[in-house]
Amino acid sequence: MNLAFAELYVFVLAGFVGYQVITRVPPLLHTPLMSATNMISAISLVGSIVVAGADRGTLSTVLGTVAVVCATINFVGGYIITERMLKMFSGQQQGLAKKDGGK
Amino acid sequence: MSVEASTEQVLRDSFISLAYLGASVAFILALRSLTKPETARRGIQLALWGMLAAIIGTLVNHEIVTYRWIFIGLVIGSIIGWPLGQKVAMTQMPQRIAISHMFGALAASLVGIAEYLTHSASGHGIERPQMAALGFEVLFGSLTVSGSFMAFGKLHEILPGRGITFPGQNAVNLVTFACTVGLLGYLVYDPTASWAFFAMTGLAFLSGFSMVLPIGGADMPVVVSLLNSYAGLAASATGFALGNPVLIVSGALDGASGFLLSVLMSKAMNRSFANVLFGAFGSAPPKGEGSTGAKGEMKEVTLEDAALALRYARNVVVVPGYGLAVAQAQKLVGEIAEVLEGHGNQVRYAIHPVAGRMPGHMNVLLAEANISYEKMVEMEEINEHFEDVDVCLVIGANDVVNPAAKRDPKSPIFGMPVLNVDQARRVFVLKRGKGTGFAGIENDLFVEEKTSLLFGDAKATLQRLATELKGM
Repeated sequence: MNLAFAELYVFVLAGFVGYQVITRVPPLLHTPLMSATNMISAISLVGSIVVAGADRGTLSTVLGTVAVVCATINFVGGYIITERMLKMFSGQQQGLAKKDGGK
Repeated sequence: MSVEASTEQVLRDSFISLAYLGASVAFILALRSLTKPETARRGIQLALWGMLAAIIGTLVNHEIVTYRWIFIGLVIGSIIGWPLGQKVAMTQMPQRIAISHMFGALAASLVGIAEYLTHSASGHGIERPQMAALGFEVLFGSLTVSGSFMAFGKLHEILPGRGITFPGQNAVNLVTFACTVGLLGYLVYDPTASWAFFAMTGLAFLSGFSMVLPIGGADMPVVVSLLNSYAGLAASATGFALGNPVLIVSGALDGASGFLLSVLMSKAMNRSFANVLFGAFGSAPPKGEGSTGAKGEMKEVTLEDAALALRYARNVVVVPGYGLAVAQAQKLVGEIAEVLEGHGNQVRYAIHPVAGRMPGHMNVLLAEANISYEKMVEMEEINEHFEDVDVCLVIGANDVVNPAAKRDPKSPIFGMPVLNVDQARRVFVLKRGKGTGFAGIENDLFVEEKTSLLFGDAKATLQRLATELKGM
């Protein structure tokens, strides 16, 4: 029971930290924020990898493997697309700097 | 021998815990980096390293006896994930995000189901707190899977975008959901009742469909954000069930982010959660009813006159709406802005929070057209300064510039925060035809004295406007 409470502590505090940090993300970056949290949601890999590899029966292995596939899609796809978006925001920053330097 | 084995076990567990701790910290720092465009890219790299650390940590888990299926899963996932990251167009971001909520929630649900099966087969039974966590995980997970799939279908237009409603729908939805929660309660009371587990999973899955079914396309930003939050909660519940803090932390971060975004979106649309979920706004266009609607005639302006006015306007504000993105004309706007800036005019972009189909969507679409984010101004920031605007160019936006939201209590969008475009000195509106907007509402702005309209396809009009301006 103590352990369950420790977990609840972690959950509440992490939610609080998340709320504080995310309120400061400007609307400009809300779409990248969403795709970044999508990528972070791939953390369910830590659960699905164990289920896929622990050999607890065919059904478990199948479910685990499909879960690994789904989570990896979010990890790889989420990283690439977030990086693509953020590159558009930071790439122009360099462009501006160059223009200003030229003047 | 046994002492050595346990020492190794302790080392291994410490390594795993440290990897998870590192990942948790990396994720929080990654989100923190997203508070500024300059540091955002560093943030996503941090998240990448955090995730790799967590994966490596998991791979040394002593429970793993075979790596074959893990490897196959990772490879197939990467093969599917790569085009979903690389090939998807920025206009398709909303449905792309919706489908990835589905994948995330599906992963969580499957892990939950597998855990439940393993525990029931082992004969030890499941303790109640763990059953509650598993139950929440699968409930939120399956609800998000089907809900996200529906949202994806509507946004990708394989399903009708307008909400589908029938009499007594809210009652049916509420009863379904109540039964789902009731089954969860029963499961916590009796964790061995596997029929209840599967019935709950099935009903939660159905609830996801029926929840999103009545919601129209214009309300999707709220729904997608809310599903983001649910997917996060499902991941957190997985963490509770497995006793894994990195899952709890990441899930809580996702949940907080999705929750916050859906609150922001609801506010921007002047709607409550309950209203979005149960109001079925888009289903019946409240056209004309109660509202006085727009009176007067829309005035047309010639392209030459519009170009001339823009050329000599020192302070220009562009209001991009989703229509602009649909027309794929962001690049042309950028070109026009460049010509105007060449004449020393100031050009800025006023972004309404629901200008696109998801939070921050319009900013990404403009950034893709090489428009600097420094020129994109949020609604609250620019709304006080519209009086100083010489020409406001409204492209493919309707409801977000409708002054009826401020002054006509009978208007269905009354109270919704809108851009004060009606305070600008002159307004040009690019409009396809004399029809109504997405929510089916007449627009008072279009018939105001200072407003002139440029009818026709937005892309063609902008093309001609750009050519005209370059020739000046």
